[in-house]
Amino acid sequence: MQRELATHAKNTWCPGCGNFAILTSIRAVLKALADEGTPLERVVLVSGIGCHAKIVDYINVNSFYSIHGRVTPVAEAIKIARPDLKVIGFAGDGDAYGEGLEHLVFAAKRNIDITMIIHNNRVYGLTTGQYTPTSPQGFKGRSTPRGALEVPLNPLELMLASGATFLARGYSGGLELLKKLFREAISHKGFALVDVLQVCATFFNMYEYYNQKVYELKEHDPVNHAQVSAKIREWDYNSDAPIALGILYRKIAPTFDEKFQKPGIDAADRKSKLDELLKPRGTTEADA
Amino acid sequence: MAFSPVLLTGVRLCGIRSYIAEQSSLGSVLPEGHRKMADFSVLIAGKAGDGINQAGILLSRLLSERGYRIYMSFDYQSLIRGGHNFSVIRASRTPVSACREKIDFLLALNQDAVDFHKQKLTDSSRIAYDSDSIKSDPAAGQGLGLPLAKIIKEEGALPIMRNSCLMGAFSRCVGIEWEILERVFRKHIPRQTDLNLKLGRRGFDSAKQVTQLEFQAQTPLPVFTGNEAIGLGFIKAGLKTYIAYPMTPSSNLLHFLADAADDFSLKVIHPESEIAVILMALGFAYAGEKVAVGTSGGGFCLMNEGLSFSGMAELPVAIVLGQRPGPSTGLPTYTSQTELNFALNAGQGEFVRFVVAPADAEQAFYWSQVALNMSWKYQIPSIILSDKEMAEGAFSFDIDRVKTVEEQGPLFWDRKDAYKRYKDTETGVSPLAFAPDKDAVIKVNSYEHDEYGITTEEALDTKKMQEKRLRKGTPLSQELEAYDTVSVYGKKDSPAAILCWGSNKGVCTEAGDNLGLRVIQVHVLSPFPVKKFDEALGGVKKLISVENNATGQLARLVGSYGFTVNERIGKYDGRSFSVEQLEAELEDKLEGKLEERI
Repeated sequence: MQRELATHAKNTWCPGCGNFAILTSIRAVLKALADEGTPLERVVLVSGIGCHAKIVDYINVNSFYSIHGRVTPVAEAIKIARPDLKVIGFAGDGDAYGEGLEHLVFAAKRNIDITMIIHNNRVYGLTTGQYTPTSPQGFKGRSTPRGALEVPLNPLELMLASGATFLARGYSGGLELLKKLFREAISHKGFALVDVLQVCATFFNMYEYYNQKVYELKEHDPVNHAQVSAKIREWDYNSDAPIALGILYRKIAPTFDEKFQKPGIDAADRKSKLDELLKPRGTTEADA
Repeated sequence: MAFSPVLLTGVRLCGIRSYIAEQSSLGSVLPEGHRKMADFSVLIAGKAGDGINQAGILLSRLLSERGYRIYMSFDYQSLIRGGHNFSVIRASRTPVSACREKIDFLLALNQDAVDFHKQKLTDSSRIAYDSDSIKSDPAAGQGLGLPLAKIIKEEGALPIMRNSCLMGAFSRCVGIEWEILERVFRKHIPRQTDLNLKLGRRGFDSAKQVTQLEFQAQTPLPVFTGNEAIGLGFIKAGLKTYIAYPMTPSSNLLHFLADAADDFSLKVIHPESEIAVILMALGFAYAGEKVAVGTSGGGFCLMNEGLSFSGMAELPVAIVLGQRPGPSTGLPTYTSQTELNFALNAGQGEFVRFVVAPADAEQAFYWSQVALNMSWKYQIPSIILSDKEMAEGAFSFDIDRVKTVEEQGPLFWDRKDAYKRYKDTETGVSPLAFAPDKDAVIKVNSYEHDEYGITTEEALDTKKMQEKRLRKGTPLSQELEAYDTVSVYGKKDSPAAILCWGSNKGVCTEAGDNLGLRVIQVHVLSPFPVKKFDEALGGVKKLISVENNATGQLARLVGSYGFTVNERIGKYDGRSFSVEQLEAELEDKLEGKLEERI
């Protein structure tokens, strides 16, 4: 692999940030993909706004540093325009499950062949510590100092209901599994989402808690409806429960981008059709 | 053959000035009738569900076959059934895009059609009406009543087809041959054609000729709505993708391009919201595809963050902004010119944009091409301001009156030095490359960024990049000097001038001609064509702005460049000026200096 994957950007993540694990994992996966015949120029990374989003500054690959909540529509468009590209979106939980939730639901609904990696640290880090759609009830943050009143969303359940065809959960404290999940998600044909429990060392350090609760899925059939439902509902992002890591759901279904392609048109053909529409009518009546 | 004038009890001829009377020739013997029939109006009215819009367009096409130049305005409400809809078709020997106060032919499908429009009738107006829903002859014995409910039942047709019957009657009344009506129906009524023709024939046979529309000795022209013309212009300029969320008055552009998608290999996408629309458009632009979006004020509000992103990341996009009265939901199906300020200033931060306001179908076809080209050449957003009247109105379209737009490709990377997406250049325009490119890493960024597209917060970088982006305005302005960014019509040396923009150019030029005034239309609003505007104002002593808004947005814009607008005329009830209405207001502002003009 010829290209240097690092850029000249200075890394500004906090020491101990779970984003480092995501960065390390995706770099390894991109390198492996390049070695196996998907060259880096065929990859486009899209990010939103938040600590997560800096990832595109740190990787020397085509990228689109979008605005908050708006990773998904950009990723979808690039895939529809250039189906030969691998499009990978990175979004925080506030970004994708809050501001940009409508787009996530619709991308899943369309089963567009993109991969969404969610840096789910359950806090708005870059804006210094507010609660997000997946923060636990009672979360004491800058905007909810007396404790958040709301119960969190279960993003994987929502994504399942929306039509996503690949759902996985990872953990920034489990690098090898993360690489595997990214690899599988990117290779999956259809809408793939990996919810990464990413530790925010500064504002919501769940490292100890996750270490106690997480376990890797074994003997889980990601196609069996009953098993999938059970595993997805096992942890509600709120109460104490075992937290399954791995591929929870997988299905092969037609994708929007493959159904939507338009055959090319010859420029001369286009021009002549247009000229036909625009020209004066002429009439069978001679000049009266 | 003589025809007797229609006597309408209780109808006053109101508000007509003597010169209008001369031109419309209210006499009714044949020689004047000929002159009259060089410029007349037809109004068809009924309730929503009666196919009024389609009928209006068919009438437009029918009259086009006779060589007339037409303009159609469709008035409808924010509902699907019931209420009141009407179409006015103005037909003239010369191009026209305004309506008059009075109508010459009324095709009435229900009692409302008579009640709401009888004040527009004159002594010589003709009426054809549905005698099954209008009980007493509105023309006191002189109208043509057709029992449409009975006819529909006899022919096994649908109520929406009643207007076909009235159109047949109209054709006969004015001496249009059956063959022409048949040709128009066959070409433009794709479904149940034969049944519609049967009804047309019933109407045709029931009527008798009362006047003769002369074939205007000029080539019949196609008829397009403003939205269709914008769509066709985009296609001509190489559009690949159109994305929109339905919103009146731009929805028909989405429908038109969706129908045309297969013929022209377009991708047409209707996503979940206007935010998705604009962000998808930026994704397509990143991938190197020419893309346009369309909406109205409320949807444009949602697109603002994306617009600013286009400015920062230098991703080209063309945005059709169809104006309608606000604020907020306002009057969804009526017209206004209230978004000029918005289009010029929307989106946080400072960046270059191209904003243009075409007046009719020919201008829309031309400027939509230019807008798309400019957005790619300078990597800026372009906004095409339309409004309900222009977008959904129908116009005769003469391709020979439209200047050819030269094809201009964007600036591509020469593949020499290392690729930098935001390379600083003399013009401010950076060379483009698109993924996949094995020698280029293409990074776009909504943050302030360096030449590689990597985020920066440094003061010097920020200043440099801001200057680079704004610098693009200079070559853009220079290039536009070769375009007709400002047009002057009418009496070009008159010291009194009308200032207008967008769709009311038609009524302004017609009223201006009648009053002997100069008329100045500003096409391009950003970058503002200061030099051309100054030239257009040469010798003007009194400048009167005419706008469909309350606050005089164009008047204030030109004022900010140091030009004085002496008087402002505003209309903000959701409707366009009629020729007579505008003349009355102008005369008021001109204050008896009328004699000097003519």
